[in-house]
Amino acid sequence: MPDAYVADDPAGAFPLVQLLTPEGERVSHADYSYEGDDEAIRGLFRDLVLSRRIDFEAHALQRHGELGLWAPALGQEAAQIGSGRALLPQDFAFPTYREHGVALCRGVDPALLLGLFRGVELGGWDPVEHGFALYSIVIGAQTLHATGYAMGLTLDGEVGRNDPERDAAVIAYFGDGATSQGDVNEAFDWAAVFNAPVVFFCQNNQYAISASTERNTRGPIAQRAGGFGFDGIRVDGNDVLACHAVTTAAMQKARNGEGPTLIEAYTYRMGAHTTSDDPSRYRDSAEVETWKLKDPIERVKRYLLTQGTPQEFFDELDVEADELGKHLRETCKSLPDPDLAALFDHVYVDGSTELEEQKAQYVAFRDSLEPEGSEA
Amino acid sequence: MSTKMPLGKGLNAGLRAAMEADDKVLIMGEDVGKLGGVFRITDGLQKDFGESRVIDAPLAESGIVGTAVGLAFRGYRPVLEIQFDGFVYPAYDQIVSQVAKLHFRSQGRVKMPIVIRIPFGGGIGAVEHHSESPEAQFALTAGLKVVSCSNANDAFWMIQQAIASDDPIVFMEPKRRYWDQGEVDTESEPLPLHASKIVRDGTDATLIAYGPMVKTCLEAAEAAAEESMSLEVIDLRTLSPLDLAPVFESVRRTGRAIVVHEASQTLGLGAEISSRITESCFYSLEAPVIRVTGYDLPYPPSRVEEEFLPGLDRVLDAVDRSLAY
Ligand SMILES: Cc1ncc(C[n+]2csc(CCOP(=O)(O)OP(=O)(O)O)c2C)c(N)n1
Repeated sequence: MPDAYVADDPAGAFPLVQLLTPEGERVSHADYSYEGDDEAIRGLFRDLVLSRRIDFEAHALQRHGELGLWAPALGQEAAQIGSGRALLPQDFAFPTYREHGVALCRGVDPALLLGLFRGVELGGWDPVEHGFALYSIVIGAQTLHATGYAMGLTLDGEVGRNDPERDAAVIAYFGDGATSQGDVNEAFDWAAVFNAPVVFFCQNNQYAISASTERNTRGPIAQRAGGFGFDGIRVDGNDVLACHAVTTAAMQKARNGEGPTLIEAYTYRMGAHTTSDDPSRYRDSAEVETWKLKDPIERVKRYLLTQGTPQEFFDELDVEADELGKHLRETCKSLPDPDLAALFDHVYVDGSTELEEQKAQYVAFRDSLEPEGSEA
Repeated sequence: MSTKMPLGKGLNAGLRAAMEADDKVLIMGEDVGKLGGVFRITDGLQKDFGESRVIDAPLAESGIVGTAVGLAFRGYRPVLEIQFDGFVYPAYDQIVSQVAKLHFRSQGRVKMPIVIRIPFGGGIGAVEHHSESPEAQFALTAGLKVVSCSNANDAFWMIQQAIASDDPIVFMEPKRRYWDQGEVDTESEPLPLHASKIVRDGTDATLIAYGPMVKTCLEAAEAAAEESMSLEVIDLRTLSPLDLAPVFESVRRTGRAIVVHEASQTLGLGAEISSRITESCFYSLEAPVIRVTGYDLPYPPSRVEEEFLPGLDRVLDAVDRSLAY
C-alpha cells in the first residue's frame, strides 16, 4: 500500500479553481472568471434546483417500485450544470449513467431518463437531435466514442474557423473510478495524438461504488493529463460558477483547434451509488456532514439572497419544480412497456432472415396463447 | 473484365474502390498507412487518399474500435484493421457491447456502419496469438454480422459490400490464402454479401466450409473424384446471418453433410450448422452431420499446426465415415 495518497495534492500543483465559496461569496481567480450576470446565475440556480428535483422524484419512484434502479446525482449538480451550460448547441456530450443534470442542459425531457431505469428502454432520446449520446453503463467506453467523434469534427473542418456559430467540440463525462480503465487511458492518448477537440470531464465524487479514490489512483487525477501531453485543471466541483468557467474555457480551446483538456471536478456523491447501495458500509457520516457544508445549491442561494434576489423568484421556482415532479411521476407510469416483436426490427439496419424467422415464431407463439381470462 | 490477382490484392483493390466511391470511408488500424499493413492489404492507399483517410492508429485495439464508434456517430464509415486475430480481444468489449448494440439501444436512431477486418486462422507457421479463429465469438453476438471470403473475386466484392452495409460487419480474412491467385471479375454483378454459394457440384456428400477451409474442401473433392466419389462443396461466405437454404437443398440431395472449420469444435459454427441441418433435413439424412474442426486446444505451437488443423486427409476420413453409415 502507498504510504500517502496524494490525491489531495499537498504540493499544490493543482489548486482547486473556485469562484464562489460555500458561504456564497464570489472570489476571483487569476485564470478563470465567470462572465454571466446575476440573471444568468439565477438561470444556473434554476437548473441546479430542477436537477435535484429529478433525483428526488426518481428516488421516490424507485422506492415505490416504479423504477428498478436509480443512480442519483445528488451533490454533483454544480459539476453537471456548470459544465452542461458551457456547451453550445453544436457540441456533443458523451455521458455515463448519472448525467441527469447534463441531460437537462441538453434539452432532453427528464422523463425520458427514467426509461432505462424502469426497464422499458435502453436509451430513450435521440442522441443526434440533442447532441447527447445514450447513457453508457460500461465504465469508460464512452470516452473513446467522444474522442472518435471529436476526430470526426476535425476531419469535417468543424474546428478552428473562429466561427462561434459552428466551431464545435465534444465533452466526455466519467467518474474517478473510470480513470483506472484502459479505455479512458486510451482515450487520453488518442485525443492527445490527434489533437482532438474533446474535453474530458471527470467528476471525482470520491467513490467508485465502495472504493474510494485512492483505490483507483495514486496521484491527482488532473495530473494525468500532463503525462499524455495536455492540460489538466482541478476545479471545485460544488461551485457551479467555477465549473462553468473552466469548462467554457476548455471547450473554447478545443473548438479553436487547440486540443483536449482534462477537468477534474472535485465533488462528492451525497447519496448512494445507486438505489441498491448501502454507503454506510464504506463511509462514515462525519465525512458526509463535512461535505454537506459545501452544498452546491445552498451556496448559490446564499449569494443570490445577498444580491437581493426577491423571494418571489424562489417561490416561482418551487412551483416549477413541483410541476416537473408531477410530470416525472405521471410520465413514468405511462411509459409503455416495449413490444418484444418490435425489438426484432432494430437489431440490424438491413435485418436478417434468421431474425425474421424468429420474430415470426415469437409472434405466432404469442398469438397462439389464450388471452388472459378468456377461459371461463 | 477479368484480372488475375492474389486474394490480398483483391482486398486492396476493393478497399480502393470503396474509398473512391464514398469519401466517408476511412481506414484505421496499426501500421496501415506508410507500411500498408503487416500483410500489405492497405498498400498504397495512404499515399493516394492521404493521412486523414488512412489513419495510422496508436497501438490500442479498444481505441481503434471505440473511436470508430464516435466517427460513425459523425457519419463516417470506418474500416478497421485488427493486425492479427489474437489481438482483437482488447477490443472485444467495444465490439460486442458498443458496436453491436448501439443501433438496437437507440431504436434505430444511430447506425454503426463499421467494418472490422481480422486476418484469421492458421497455417502460416506463426508464433502464438497470430493464428486464431474467433469468428464464432462474433457470430453469436446479436447486432454484428460476420462474413469470410475464400477467393480473390469474393475478396474484391465482399469488402466493398461490407463497407456499403449500414450494419457493422466483422470481416474475417483467411490470412493463409492472401497470396492465392484467382480471377477477379471487376464488372459482373456479384452475389449479395449474405449469400452462400455452391462452389463445386456433387452428389454423394456435401462439404460445408468458409474462408481458408474452402480451398481444403475443394482439394478434398478433387482427390475424392479420383476415387469416383462426388462431393458437393459449399462456401458459406456469410457466418452471421447464415444462409443455409442452399445447404439444406444440397443435403436433401446428397443425404450427407460434413462441416469443416479451423476453429475448435465445441460451440463452434459447426455445432450451429449441424443442428440446423438436423432440424431441417432430418428425413433426408443418411448419416449424422459430421464436424471436422480444430481441436479444443489453445492454438498449438506451429510445428504441429498441420496436425491440429483440418487437412485433406481428415476431411476425406470424415467423408468415409459418413458414407459408411
Ligand atoms: C466495465 C464495468 N465494470 C464494472 C461496472 C460496475 N460498476 C458500475 S458503476 C461502478 C463504479 C464507477 O465509479 P466511477 O467511475 O467513480 O463513477 P461514479 O459512479 O462514482 O460516478 C462500477 C464498478 C461497470 N458498469 N462497468
